[in-house]
Amino acid sequence: MKTNPLLRLGHLVGLILIIVFMLFPFYWMLASSLKSQADLLASPPVFIFKPTLEHYAEIFADEKVTLAILNSFIVAISTTALALLLGAPAAYALARFDFRGKKDIWFWFISNRMISPIVLALPVYLLARNLNMLDSHIVLILIYLTFNLPIVVWLCTDQFAGIPGELEQAARVDGAGTFTIFARIYLPLALPGLAVSAIFSFIFSWNELLYALILTRRAAQTAPVIATSFMSGYELPWGKIMATGSVIVLPVTIFALLVSRHMIRGLTMGATK
Amino acid sequence: MSTSIEHANKTVAASAARNPSGKGPRLGHGRFVHVWFLAPAVLALLAIGTYPTIFAVVTSFHQYNLTRVRDGFPFVGYANYVSVLGDSSFWNTLLTTLEFFLVVMPIEIVLGFVIASLLHREGLGFLRSVARVTLVVPLATTYAVVGLVGRLLFNQDFGVLTQAFRAIGLDIDWLGSVGGAFAAIAIMDVWQWTPFCALIFLAGLTMVPGEIEEAARLDRASGLKLFWHIQLPFLLPGLTSLLILRSADILKLFDMIFTMTRGGPGSATELISIYIQRIGFRVFDLGTASAQAILLLILTIVLSRLYIRFLYREASA
Repeated sequence: MKTNPLLRLGHLVGLILIIVFMLFPFYWMLASSLKSQADLLASPPVFIFKPTLEHYAEIFADEKVTLAILNSFIVAISTTALALLLGAPAAYALARFDFRGKKDIWFWFISNRMISPIVLALPVYLLARNLNMLDSHIVLILIYLTFNLPIVVWLCTDQFAGIPGELEQAARVDGAGTFTIFARIYLPLALPGLAVSAIFSFIFSWNELLYALILTRRAAQTAPVIATSFMSGYELPWGKIMATGSVIVLPVTIFALLVSRHMIRGLTMGATK
Repeated sequence: MSTSIEHANKTVAASAARNPSGKGPRLGHGRFVHVWFLAPAVLALLAIGTYPTIFAVVTSFHQYNLTRVRDGFPFVGYANYVSVLGDSSFWNTLLTTLEFFLVVMPIEIVLGFVIASLLHREGLGFLRSVARVTLVVPLATTYAVVGLVGRLLFNQDFGVLTQAFRAIGLDIDWLGSVGGAFAAIAIMDVWQWTPFCALIFLAGLTMVPGEIEEAARLDRASGLKLFWHIQLPFLLPGLTSLLILRSADILKLFDMIFTMTRGGPGSATELISIYIQRIGFRVFDLGTASAQAILLLILTIVLSRLYIRFLYREASA
């Protein structure tokens, strides 16, 4: 079918505008992280400049920053592993067994995702304070389960439900028990769903600021908290802030591109069919 | 060999017919086997989600000010709730939150639809897939970093967006004035969440059967008619979920605003989560903050009931 060349041109321009709009703040962050202080503060802003890695050298020499990045990895990986360990069997039960109250339990899991973190941050702060557990990894790892468990349960229930039930019957005939069937047959087949939910869980944990801000001080501080902490005083170290920002954003962007096909499912918890 | 498998299958089918859920009486197949699978996750969520919530309810009935520990934490009944509900700054914060929703939502919906239509349109396949992939970038960007970048873009002295707006005649004190700061956080929110709307609408548009769309085009139906009669019915479910999900998101919105404006200047950008955080962790009045948080929780529960009623009912039907 022939299309009007003007419409085609409009389409082309529109698509280019989308790309520019989506990438500009990201590009500006990366560019700023590579600018010298003089270029950063230049007015009007400079688009062509001599890149420098001095800000990256500075942040990687700063033990507080490297520790925060390490903390972020520790917390995000542990909470993801724990969410999978607890969430996958629950998802299996919700997908493959019939029992009373199943729908209610499922709703309860999912609705935990809707709760505003500030609602839990207040009591968890007091509880952790009373237990002398402020500024520890374990509190963050556990509290992040409140949003990671729902996402794992949601995505994996979907995945387990999509595997044909005949496999279970065949295994039963061979004398396999329920746990063997789950671990040997269904779990391996559900790996794609597990992987996608693990990536989402990692992204959400890595990006989290509110809990980390309130529940950590120094030893367990995560990367977003340290980036935020640079924002004080009169002369802001913009190069350092943008370099830290880039280091935080790059890994999650790569992960997100890996799951871009599932982005909507992950963010809406299947609310759109 | 094959006959014995067939026979076995028949036996399984027969026992499945007697017991519709397919669970036999064998070891590890008991009636309550699902409990073993569910218990760890349920217990974990009770411990980290439900128990703290109950603790917050208890706190909300006490005077709990960490700057006045010497007074102890006496039980005060409904006093915190009475003072919160009578406090105009609490209502103003809710109003600011609602305003924010009403400002960003229409923009995100319209822009999201335009983007989805451009991505749905045939032709320019490569550029379209590149544009589709770039939608993921804002969605994945750490919210706190979005705020930091926003602060740089809207810097009064050398911010690139400040200068760009100045060039078209809009000289605004972005982060220093009430309207400017509100507009700046709204712009960053639009940047981050328009792709979400676009992806949901794109999913809706791809569900429109190709033949129907084609037939309408052959009939030279106008773009508006095509949209209204053919595309809109497929977009409505997505739109409903968008409105509900985004309203829950905005009640949660904290990171980006905290790093960009801390709720200021004054309380111009103080949305509900920022406000409760300030009362709890900068004023250290945890009793009052807990009462506010419980009220926010009630609001969220009402919204999520709506969410479940409108959205999941269709999915499970």
